[in-house]
Amino acid sequence: MKLRGLIPLFGFLVLVGALAFGLTRDPRILPSELIEKPFPEFALENLEGSQIIDPNVLQGKVSLVNVFGSWCVACTTEHPQLMAQRDNPDIQLVGIDWRDTRDAANRWLVRNGNPYDIVIFDPNSKLIVELGVTGAPETFIVDRDGKIRYKHVGIITPKDWKDTLRPLVESLQ
Amino acid sequence: MTAELGHMALILAFCVAALQAVIPLVGAHRNSARMMEFGDRAAVGQFLLIAFSFLALTSVFLSSDFSVKLAALHSHSEKPLLYKISGVWGNHEGSILLWVLMMAGYGAAVPIFGKSLPPGLKARAIAIQALVGAGFLAFILFTSNPFERLDPVPMDGNGLNPILQDPGLAFHPPFLYLGYVGFSLPFSFAVAALIEGRVDSVWAKWLRPWVLVAWSFLTIGIALGSFWAYYELGWGGWWMWDPVENVSFMPWLAGTALLHSILVLGTRHSLAGWTVLLAITTFALSLIGTFVVRSGILVSVHAFAVDPERGVFLLLLLGIATGGALTLYALRAHTLRDPVPFNATSRDGALVLNNLLLTAALATVFLGTFYPIFIDALDGSKISVGAPYFELTFTPIMCLLILFMGIGPMFKWRADTIKRLRVPIMLTLKVAALVIIAVALLGKSILGALALGLAAWLAFGTVLAIGRKTNWSRAGLRSQPASTWGFAGAHMGVAIFTAAVTAMSVWGTTDIGTLKVGDSLSLGRYTYTLDDVGGGQRDNYNFLAGDISVTKNGRDVTTLSTERRFYPVRNQLTTEAGLHLSFGQTLFASIGEGDPEGGFVVQVYRHPFVVWIWLGALLMALSGFVALADRRLRLPSRREAAE
Amino acid sequence: MRWSLIIWLCFAGAVFAQTSPTEQRARDIGAQLRCVVCQNQSIEESDAQLAQDMRRVVREELAKGASDEAVIEHIRESYGDYVLLKPPVQSNTYVLWFLPALLVLLSLGWFLFRQKQSATPASVETLSADDETLLSKLMEDDA
Repeated sequence: MKLRGLIPLFGFLVLVGALAFGLTRDPRILPSELIEKPFPEFALENLEGSQIIDPNVLQGKVSLVNVFGSWCVACTTEHPQLMAQRDNPDIQLVGIDWRDTRDAANRWLVRNGNPYDIVIFDPNSKLIVELGVTGAPETFIVDRDGKIRYKHVGIITPKDWKDTLRPLVESLQ
Repeated sequence: MTAELGHMALILAFCVAALQAVIPLVGAHRNSARMMEFGDRAAVGQFLLIAFSFLALTSVFLSSDFSVKLAALHSHSEKPLLYKISGVWGNHEGSILLWVLMMAGYGAAVPIFGKSLPPGLKARAIAIQALVGAGFLAFILFTSNPFERLDPVPMDGNGLNPILQDPGLAFHPPFLYLGYVGFSLPFSFAVAALIEGRVDSVWAKWLRPWVLVAWSFLTIGIALGSFWAYYELGWGGWWMWDPVENVSFMPWLAGTALLHSILVLGTRHSLAGWTVLLAITTFALSLIGTFVVRSGILVSVHAFAVDPERGVFLLLLLGIATGGALTLYALRAHTLRDPVPFNATSRDGALVLNNLLLTAALATVFLGTFYPIFIDALDGSKISVGAPYFELTFTPIMCLLILFMGIGPMFKWRADTIKRLRVPIMLTLKVAALVIIAVALLGKSILGALALGLAAWLAFGTVLAIGRKTNWSRAGLRSQPASTWGFAGAHMGVAIFTAAVTAMSVWGTTDIGTLKVGDSLSLGRYTYTLDDVGGGQRDNYNFLAGDISVTKNGRDVTTLSTERRFYPVRNQLTTEAGLHLSFGQTLFASIGEGDPEGGFVVQVYRHPFVVWIWLGALLMALSGFVALADRRLRLPSRREAAE
Repeated sequence: MRWSLIIWLCFAGAVFAQTSPTEQRARDIGAQLRCVVCQNQSIEESDAQLAQDMRRVVREELAKGASDEAVIEHIRESYGDYVLLKPPVQSNTYVLWFLPALLVLLSLGWFLFRQKQSATPASVETLSADDETLLSKLMEDDA
């Protein structure tokens, strides 16, 4: 048995290994580029239209920045987790209302509850693109110095909060 | 009841396939005629059972029986007949049933058409075909049962996705599968021959027509898909280098190399090693394609719904089938050495070069398609490989191939010299140079000129090869076997295809603007004017429609109707482009958002000669079928062999 | 909507829309950026809302005077290498970019080298004239 004949088989086994690995990954989840980097610059109105918000609001307190929209069905599913943290003194909840109208967003918050201390109004994805967001809901944990520490893609389940997010928030106090 | 009968037929087919996989193999080993003949009958029986099952599923769809989950998900009582039928294979379970139907069909062709095959080889091939078929039947029965019932029964089905109700899309899968699955025969025969330890010209002569059939169907299937994408998706592209497109293209590349190798093996008794490896590789690529489309491993427009369980099963199937075949190859490859030496400058040499370049091209597409997975496994980075990569790496390799294609057929077998062909080669070069200069001056593009020169080189070289073969006489023309015309047509098809792709890429123009009614955009001498905008509601969608009239130098050419549709139930936005197809060019317009005061976003295109892309591909496929008529490609019948 | 109208009007002119150099640059850049919410399209080709917004960001950056590379780098900083349709040439993509050319060179090299080894030997037994004719007729029939 000549060694050369083994090359196709060997190559194929490598391929199967890679494919098997690929099955364990979700090709749509992108890791964040911004971990350990400062929150990107932005200057957007809040939902009420009463003031311009910029990254300074993230200084001095641990923030949970949550991307949502009234059109986002999954956001409704995770909303109770956020509502439960509304009065948590260790953390401030900052919402980014993405690709929405003020009316629709307000109605949604009335219907589902408003856990956010601040809601940034981003109808044209300006901050979204800076953050590298690809869908809603996505959530960022930002430390007291305004640095992004963690990105969570998708719904926050109670397990996510208990196992990952809450310990992280507590460690950043 | 029909559904249950269909399900039972599948279970029976699985049992038959399992027996068919074992008994003929043992029979060939023991030289037992009875056991080997069992394979013949089992192959036909398996096909009939699966055909019955497929008909059962079709009747479920046609009768709108929504107690069957598949029909409830993918059909609708108001669907036109054609789409009810095509809906059968417009989903994962139905399409994989179509797959096994075709596998069994090709398998049944072996006893029917292969009466003159050596019985040992025939039995082994039938067994291997059944082995793979049994694997897929198990896959269906355990993970993708099309006959699953639904309780409670819904009022109507869910399957009214408008994008899928299209004739091009309806026919694309069957043709594609006839090609993909067709390569299972060379695979089975390759493994059978490796088991026997003998790959010879009898083997090759029997397989040749089947390789031609599979290759031709695959060519049509890919061309149909591309044409559908062009006129349906409405943004002017005909090939996206999408992972699923790539996995259908890779078997085509390997299949082309296989086709050439098997033609050589049948007549020249060389290239056995190449042929066997290519036969295994082509079908392995078909299996990989099936895996990729149905496992969710790569992000693609085409992928069916993701299910990790199915992915694992398919990977196992792929691994065992291909791994087994390649292990056999490793064990037996050294017996397949070429007995006949040949020069580089000979037709044999040219065909080896053809194989090498096609393999390099195949490897490139493969690398680009699977690299994201490899790199993710190695260091976790997420890299994406899009069209720009393939254009920069694949295209040059194909250009090199076309360069050799132009003159390769002129060489004699076994040994020849460039010196002997100096005259025709120089002539072809001069023609190409003329074309390059003319196009560079008139078309103002160096790249376009070079590409068209390449196409001219291939076309003229092919004409010269035919001319020399026929001695430039009418008698010579008439005495040519069908395979000569197959060769001529196929290579011309490639030349036409190359020219058309160049024309569209280099000289295609587009523009986008915000137009109010009465405003215009112009592309060269063509003016596109937004005549009228309307809107409304129709069936299950709201639409915004624009009528855009096109004039050339003031003369009316056509009016393009384009629509932007919004389907509220599916929350889906689609663009129906307005197309005017002709042999000379395609005029295209699509309308976007806007309002009467501010204007509407309109995008217009002009693509010269674009339909020739698919006509060239069609010519290639037709040539493949024409070559089938060549009597020399057929095995002698038992009667003739006995004489 | 207002934004794209303003940008189009800036670049489009009154009645006949011309492709200004900046707009052309924007399109070329857009063709290289992947629409991350789509399946395998560039932001230029896609209808998706995020793609539209990203196109807008590209044009805004260009309007501020950024170079092509700077705009692409900006998007890449947010979304990572994944957003580039043309994979960057860096240490983890050398294999991707150079293997094809390497394969072609190796193939050609092997082909010419093999050829030298198994070239038809000069001393071949000569056939009789009749046999020669018969042989060439048979060969032609086959070919």
